[in-house]
Amino acid sequence: MKRAPTVTRFLAAAAQLVLTGCIYNKQSAVNPAGPQAGRIDTLWWSFFWLLGVIFIIVMILTLLTLRRPRRDFDQQRIETTHKASEETDSRLRRIITGATILTIVILFVLIVASSVVGKQNSEFSTAPNQLTVQVTGNQWWWQIEYLNSDPSQVLVTANEIHVPVGRPVQIRGLSNDVIHSFWVPNLNGKRDLIPSRVTTQWIQADHAGEFRGQCAEFCGLQHAHMAVWVIAEPEDKFLAWYKAQLQPAAKPSTPEQQRGQQVFLNYECVYCHAIQGTPASGQNGPDLTHFGSRRGIAANTLPNTTGNLAGWILDPQSVKPGNHMATVPVSSTDLHPLVEYLESLK
Amino acid sequence: MPYLKCRNALCIACLLLAACQRQHRDIRPSPTRLAIYGDAAKEDALRPGGRVNSQPVVNNPYNASAYDISEGQRLYNWYNCSGCHFNGGGGIGPPLIKKHWIYGGEPANLFDTIVKGRPNGMPAWGGRIPEYQVWQIVAYVRSMNGEQPRSATAARLDTIQTNPQTIVNRTTGPTK
Repeated sequence: MKRAPTVTRFLAAAAQLVLTGCIYNKQSAVNPAGPQAGRIDTLWWSFFWLLGVIFIIVMILTLLTLRRPRRDFDQQRIETTHKASEETDSRLRRIITGATILTIVILFVLIVASSVVGKQNSEFSTAPNQLTVQVTGNQWWWQIEYLNSDPSQVLVTANEIHVPVGRPVQIRGLSNDVIHSFWVPNLNGKRDLIPSRVTTQWIQADHAGEFRGQCAEFCGLQHAHMAVWVIAEPEDKFLAWYKAQLQPAAKPSTPEQQRGQQVFLNYECVYCHAIQGTPASGQNGPDLTHFGSRRGIAANTLPNTTGNLAGWILDPQSVKPGNHMATVPVSSTDLHPLVEYLESLK
Repeated sequence: MPYLKCRNALCIACLLLAACQRQHRDIRPSPTRLAIYGDAAKEDALRPGGRVNSQPVVNNPYNASAYDISEGQRLYNWYNCSGCHFNGGGGIGPPLIKKHWIYGGEPANLFDTIVKGRPNGMPAWGGRIPEYQVWQIVAYVRSMNGEQPRSATAARLDTIQTNPQTIVNRTTGPTK
């Protein structure tokens, strides 16, 4: 095979790196978007530079000792008697003691720094405008519930969290089956979601943006396909989204959509999924009231498009082997109206 | 010595092969098993599922499969079997841990009972639960009675305990 010229190959590699950078900025601990992640970022870079410099110094000293024999040690005496002279002995003792003390001091400083950051990040916010979002881990999707003292304001959705910029958000973590871990690197560190326990975490986005999170504790076959998007928006946009999501599902407007709704209600779907405003009220799977407004299906395994949705309904096991969505034999004449109806639930 | 080594190798091979056998995960149900809803057992019209003329015609494809029994355990709660039968001890509905079944206790009888429903409260789940999942539930119900190999039977659920989800510490919401 003929190889491409070096310059072309170099440019291709560089382009790839830049593109990767673009994508992973949305899920990156070194691209902080809030005060919590900012502290973790500072901690990470101070570790990196301090330990990097020490590593380089140690490597240089090691290489120097390999190159240059120590002439000031009386080598011969050591080799014949296995005992160093008084002077060499005390010198070695001084050097080793000094190095040990220095190591202990550096490690101690690092420990203090990391526990200070941990303490600051887990501090409860006392801001009056804070928001509480309950995240429940399931195999393999996230249930999102905006808690409120007024029951009519409680919002249930899945796999997507919208937050207002500049407001502290408490993530109240639960799990329905095994241990999961909620991790949105741009906003904060990991926090495990443990069955029968409540864990809390605080996040705050300082600017608008989209941040991808991922389950960070191995939780079974489809652990890798368990993603969540956190979408930070300005206050007014967030409130508009919240108001729209609180509404019951849109009524089917075309005959095709009406048929789709009947298909949904007559098939097995209703035993696991809920659509507010219809009799469907299953609690085992994600709430589909505003399914059409979400960006992904199957916990963001696939983008939410008509084709992907049809494939997912017909054969979920080929998309996400082992997942708990039932394989339902939907006839070909029912599938199209069903997909049409679900996509209309904006 | 070579004899000993050979014997050890054989033992290890046997153990490894036995491990291969235990769990076959049929996570993608075969299309033919998705929706038949026929009779799994031939029944007497006067005594549906009765022990006299009940002849199973279909065997449970998921018999003795650990994965499918644990799936059945999950579905037993998802589809709210536990709402009436509780965790097998019965309450609103009859217990499922028992020797004498009104409508037959063979897998095919249980399948028919779930799919067709029975008088005095058991709903017909045919067309409501996919057929392969009914078989998984049947396998689990049989395991409650020790009718499945011990090695394949699922452990008791952790959920038989209090759940802190009911104690909600609600704080100020987004509209404030």
